[in-house]
Amino acid sequence: MSLQGRQIKVHDMSLRDGMHPKRHQISIEQMKTIATALDEAGVPLIEVTHGDGLGGNSVNYGFAAATDEQYLRAVVPLMKKAKVSALLIPGIGTVDELRMARDCGIGCIRVATHCTEADVSEQYIALGRKMGLDTVGFLMMSHMADANKIVEQALLMESYGANCIYTTDSAGYMLPEDVTARVAALRDALKPETEIGFHGHHNLAMGVANSIAAVAAGASRIDTACGGMGAGAGNTPMEVFIAVCERMGIKTGVDLFKVMDVAEDLVTPIMDFPVRIDRNSLTLGYAGAYSSFLLFAKRAQAKYGVPARDILMEMGRRKTVGGQEDMIEDVALDLQRARAQTA
Amino acid sequence: MNKIKCALIGPGNIGTDLLYKLQRSAVLEPVWMVGIDPTSEGLARARALGLKTTDEGVDGLLPHVEADGIRIAFDSTSAYVHAENSRKLVALGVLMIDLTPAAIGPYCIPPVNLGQQLGSGVGNVNMVTCGGQATIPMVAAVSRVQAVDYGEIIATVSSKSVGPGTRKNIDEFTRTTARAVEQVGGAKRGKAIIIINPAEPPLVMRDTIHCLTVDEPDQKAIIESVLSMVAEVQQYVPGYRLKNGPVFDGRRVSIFMEVEGLGDYLPKYGGNLDIMTAAAARTGEVFAQEMLAGQLKAAAVNLTEALA
Repeated sequence: MSLQGRQIKVHDMSLRDGMHPKRHQISIEQMKTIATALDEAGVPLIEVTHGDGLGGNSVNYGFAAATDEQYLRAVVPLMKKAKVSALLIPGIGTVDELRMARDCGIGCIRVATHCTEADVSEQYIALGRKMGLDTVGFLMMSHMADANKIVEQALLMESYGANCIYTTDSAGYMLPEDVTARVAALRDALKPETEIGFHGHHNLAMGVANSIAAVAAGASRIDTACGGMGAGAGNTPMEVFIAVCERMGIKTGVDLFKVMDVAEDLVTPIMDFPVRIDRNSLTLGYAGAYSSFLLFAKRAQAKYGVPARDILMEMGRRKTVGGQEDMIEDVALDLQRARAQTA
Repeated sequence: MNKIKCALIGPGNIGTDLLYKLQRSAVLEPVWMVGIDPTSEGLARARALGLKTTDEGVDGLLPHVEADGIRIAFDSTSAYVHAENSRKLVALGVLMIDLTPAAIGPYCIPPVNLGQQLGSGVGNVNMVTCGGQATIPMVAAVSRVQAVDYGEIIATVSSKSVGPGTRKNIDEFTRTTARAVEQVGGAKRGKAIIIINPAEPPLVMRDTIHCLTVDEPDQKAIIESVLSMVAEVQQYVPGYRLKNGPVFDGRRVSIFMEVEGLGDYLPKYGGNLDIMTAAAARTGEVFAQEMLAGQLKAAAVNLTEALA
């Protein structure tokens, strides 16, 4: 099927999902420089917050180099065309933080819940809509529910006022056919004016293929990270995705060479380690575990001598969901004890 | 033995589980169950267990408060109706134990600050949230040893155990718990995170508590304090278990808990619901003991006066 002439919007993740591999330590200056360059390259939407969204600063997820408010106040005024978004996960962020972000001038709020728990998003989606924000419902770990369930949950978010619904492959587990099934079902069920989005992780190297499958099935917003900087093996790399879109005639409005340069000259140099598919990030995709567990599992390996891969496999087996970082130390202690007993 | 008579408002899952617990009490006697729906299963169940019932809300109870000697009421309706319920019953001298997030009265975490509420003349106490009941005793166990600069709790509960009320008001849940981590737990700053997990079979409630102490943690004293606090909570929630920890890492103290319910009316995995009803029942019992002691004292005073 030809996607020639199809118009979509890409949403940059490098300054939010990219906070995970940076242990939330991207500096305000780096945020400003990268966001300005992305705006200049024609990227229409840029997300800026702690990796776990508004209110993510915590022992559980890590404290960022600056507060969400400091990041937003620094970046928003510099944007000539791009709209800045914030992520909010109910149970972590609160309405107080949403109001703060609105005061900072965000144009878009993305309310993220586990893919079966959309009803906890009502307070935030309703408020976002009332504030006149571009209001997005974000169904995380979508591989854990079938297309019917995703549709049921998406309809709830739409009924609360969301104007765009994402199916989100937080574990980088989905294959193109999984994406096609979910996005096509959403396109059938939601109002024609409700947009559909897809957020991928590159743990099985499916980021670009999955995103193209989503566009083909009717998605018009695609999350990509410049330089691929995101949790796990990163998000769909923006510059690669844009190049593929150019080849296929999909219109993104983004300047390919400019984002290539942002990736190469600004994003890659600030990485603490190469964000790539290695045995641990591959395990995330294989086990279906939340991508931001990666660094926590590596730290637990260093502290308790249990391989990160074993911890991540166990996290997948226990059907953990996004945000359960606190389980990693607990699981590592359990595995360490089990090993001591069999030794 | 003499018992203090009480009423339950809200015949839902929580109210029914609480009723089962109160029926075992040596000092409390549940007499009324109050609902608003004549076809409610909870009201029928309470009737079958011998309670008087009304489907006219608290107004249906008010005319009977004095005649039936109701001294304590447990409200497990919603924050929205609780304010009115409380106003009407407190005016008649009934002590309100609030299981909603209304938080009109002071927060009450039994092993931490129930003693302070006694004799304070307070007419309404609030049971915070399930996450608060499960974790604040641990924050307090650390803060009674040494100053805690920051307390953070992560409560993970099974999807099946989270009702529509909590889901609709998850923001209040998050903020109320964080405030109580400060006010009752004794942390200078508090943060609460709640995670809902839909895995089947449903997972037992689990809680992680992180405290950042001001100075280097006194490991021995903290371990002792945590173990003794766990034992105190176990008196009313036998399934309250220290799973791992305390783990010490610099100034960080981390405690990993699991909370299994008694399975009275609610399933065992719903330790989050059980710890609310158990804490409310515990609170009611301690107040009832005080009331009974007061009656004895009053009787003694009357006797002395009569003899004089």
